[in-house]
Amino acid sequence: MSVRGLISANASARGELVLSESNLEDFARGAAFLGTGGGGDPYLGRLMAKNAIREFGSPRIIGVDELSDDATVAFVAMMGAPTVLCEKGASGDDIDCAVQELSAQIGRPIDALMPGEIGGFNSTLPVVAAARLGLPLVDVDGMGRAFPSIAMVAMNFEGVSACPFVLVDDHLNKVVVKADTAQRTEDISRSIAVQMGMSCLTAGYAMSGADVKHATVHNTLSAALQIGEAIREGRKAGDPVRALIHVLETHPIYGFAREVFSGKITDLRRETTKGFSIGNCRIEAFDDASCAADIRFQNENLVVLVNGVVNAIVPDLITIVDVETAEPIPTEALRYGQRVSVIAAAAPDALKTPQALAYVHPRCFGLDFEFTPIEVLAEAARA
Amino acid sequence: MADKQEFLRIGVDVGGTNTDAVLMHDGEVLASIKSPTTAQVSDGIVAAIAHVMKQAGISPDAVGIVSIGTTHFTNAFVERRSLDRVGVLRIGLPAAKALPPLTDWPDDIADEVAAGIEMVRGGFQFDGHPYADLDEMAVAAAARRFHKEGTNSVAISAVFAPLNDVMEKRAGEIVRNEHPDSSITLSSDIGRIGLLERENAGIMNASLATLAMETVGGFRTALKKLGVTAPFYISQNDGTLMSADFVERHPILTFASGPTNSMRGGAHLAGLTDALVADIGGTTTDIGVLRGGFPRESSIMTDIGGVRTNFRMPDVCAIGLGGGSLVSVDGARVKVGPKSVGYRIMEKALVFGGDVLTATDIAVAAGYADIGDRERVRHLDPAMVEAAVREIHRLVEGGIDRMKTTGGDAPLILVGGGSVLINKPLRGVSEVHTHEEASVANAIGASIARVGGEVDKVFSYEGVGREATIAAAVSEANERAVAAGADAASLETMEIEELPLAYMPGGSVRLRIKVAGDLNTAYGDAA
Repeated sequence: MSVRGLISANASARGELVLSESNLEDFARGAAFLGTGGGGDPYLGRLMAKNAIREFGSPRIIGVDELSDDATVAFVAMMGAPTVLCEKGASGDDIDCAVQELSAQIGRPIDALMPGEIGGFNSTLPVVAAARLGLPLVDVDGMGRAFPSIAMVAMNFEGVSACPFVLVDDHLNKVVVKADTAQRTEDISRSIAVQMGMSCLTAGYAMSGADVKHATVHNTLSAALQIGEAIREGRKAGDPVRALIHVLETHPIYGFAREVFSGKITDLRRETTKGFSIGNCRIEAFDDASCAADIRFQNENLVVLVNGVVNAIVPDLITIVDVETAEPIPTEALRYGQRVSVIAAAAPDALKTPQALAYVHPRCFGLDFEFTPIEVLAEAARA
Repeated sequence: MADKQEFLRIGVDVGGTNTDAVLMHDGEVLASIKSPTTAQVSDGIVAAIAHVMKQAGISPDAVGIVSIGTTHFTNAFVERRSLDRVGVLRIGLPAAKALPPLTDWPDDIADEVAAGIEMVRGGFQFDGHPYADLDEMAVAAAARRFHKEGTNSVAISAVFAPLNDVMEKRAGEIVRNEHPDSSITLSSDIGRIGLLERENAGIMNASLATLAMETVGGFRTALKKLGVTAPFYISQNDGTLMSADFVERHPILTFASGPTNSMRGGAHLAGLTDALVADIGGTTTDIGVLRGGFPRESSIMTDIGGVRTNFRMPDVCAIGLGGGSLVSVDGARVKVGPKSVGYRIMEKALVFGGDVLTATDIAVAAGYADIGDRERVRHLDPAMVEAAVREIHRLVEGGIDRMKTTGGDAPLILVGGGSVLINKPLRGVSEVHTHEEASVANAIGASIARVGGEVDKVFSYEGVGREATIAAAVSEANERAVAAGADAASLETMEIEELPLAYMPGGSVRLRIKVAGDLNTAYGDAA
């Protein structure tokens, strides 16, 4: 494919980001943290990326400053249930097919790819796609975390159309959705995904380099890698949780983070409502059973209440990690008795604009709370 | 038939170091022995069983059932000895191509085990409908290749086979036709949802095929030598029994049965069904949780010899404390373990005339254990001894706290040779149970193992609703247990786990149901 429209002159201006077999584990672990409990098993994504890099070589990762305004960029993602993913994975051909079909639909080649979300499986899938297709991967994503809907991305908040939106199944059957809104694209695509066996490959949000610059969250692939590295280094130094908080609070995208609570999981409820894994996880303090935190989740963690008081709430990031290793724990892997730490971090600014909050406000997840940024909540708690 | 309930039962535990046997009647231990494991495992079994029968003064025909627990297969795989080379056949194309079989195996063991990999068309959707027809010609061609190359063990896996095993079974028939001498493992017989992990387990199982025939054959020979004609069973990792014929084909299901047997044996001695169990050995302490008489299972993927599986493993927390743990003094701090003199405790510990200060010496010096020569630890500083005792108890308390799932105190059962290390009240523990037969808890656990049945599938609650769906799944699990030899009247539902399939409408839920019941003795007669 063409690299038309890509400017590489600035490549030396930034530290070259390279994903290889040796740092994939860091990247996947960082992405699992940013997945805030959702996004599916990062293990499978990491294996697929490892195989793709072995076979096709590491994809080139470029910053937005290397992208010309008239370049064409698209996102690739898996849509479906994590449980199905762990049986079928992806075939590889489906990835190629989705990108080629999108290119045919818009009538021009795709110059670079980007992840829709930097959480769980969908953060490593674009690495596989870029390696296979020999395309660069732009160091951005749509949210700087994970969310359950393709409407919950900065591109949509900034008016970039998700369509044409391509879905491809294992047999390379293709469906192209051309809907009026991102929300309707999401709703229609979900039904198609069920027909496609509850997991399919998607490509969409074809946009210009200029759009990428203003309608995405920048440097989030780098962020995932930095977070993963910090956890690994922290383990060596003996305090990975502190290392994790440190990398987040000094990070230009997140900038604020704190350990909201630590303790042992003493209750766990899950139920299926409206096709989501909805539930509540209760954590009691190690030395004081009267002090407890409750985390409500809908695939991703949504809100953490400590003794009934909101300490962090969506769109800010809330991730449950192992108290000793800082290993992020997806909601599906939570279990009774785990000793955990709840880490919350400020969401990227792009998720806190009025346009963004129309899609990612606590009320959009059925929570009867206002959105108060974690910095403000922390200040109030201290006062 | 009426007195069949009062069968004499023999339980045997064949470990890496010791072969233990117990003779049980009506839940009481009539005789027990701990003896060394022999190079030919059957020799050790013969010796141990002969000993308990003689001790209790019974004849071989009075024995109603023999159950054996063994770590033989786990050790063989981990140590990579006596493994068969395996032909790997995956049914899944055009899906799942990006993660071929043996992805993420350590190279050395993959090279040693895999003789060839074939991927063919076929497979199922999440609801059990096929997404591609089985490519029977390709299966036959693969089988012929395996045959030609002298690969006699074949592992077959298909996408979503736990929901629908038709293609795996059909492929098995084709392979058998083309390659009549082959031994065949179907992934749906041994694993759960999660293709790679289930396939890994299938390949591991296939690699143990010859060893399984030899070992189970050895067990048979041992019993024959003794004149014991009773049926014999082998225990699996979830505390239930498998027939010897079944184990010949599914040796991998014995993996990690050791901790399960010791926990269930300890529970039996204490008369409890819900408790914490600490198995204190020479080097480590394994702490687990019993719920409803069965160990709580781990929800984390388990690596065995570097290979990832999704096995039913007991959730055990291992801490580096045992009777042989080294005790060292660093200023005011006393450190216990994780280094240990291990099985050499009989020569190394102070009380046995050695020159290494071990946890056992501390228990003797503190006056609550009576092992070896107490005079040899009389010189130890009482303050240091007290600090070491505190440290030993603190280590166990830490492990207990890790494993506890609810607040409040729980009873603790101590088993294993190192249980003498504990004599003070433990934080988080309501009462400590010990028993004189605690050192053969493994063999007792094997003797009382039950028969289980399991269902693990994706269901939709739309239509009939949640209650009716779960009821149907439980009765399917019951049927499986009865087919495996359980007494229908004694069946209990051990576990119902619901996992909603995230992101998808339609009320799709993965249900995991486990039931277990006592062995049907009439079935035992027939086996």
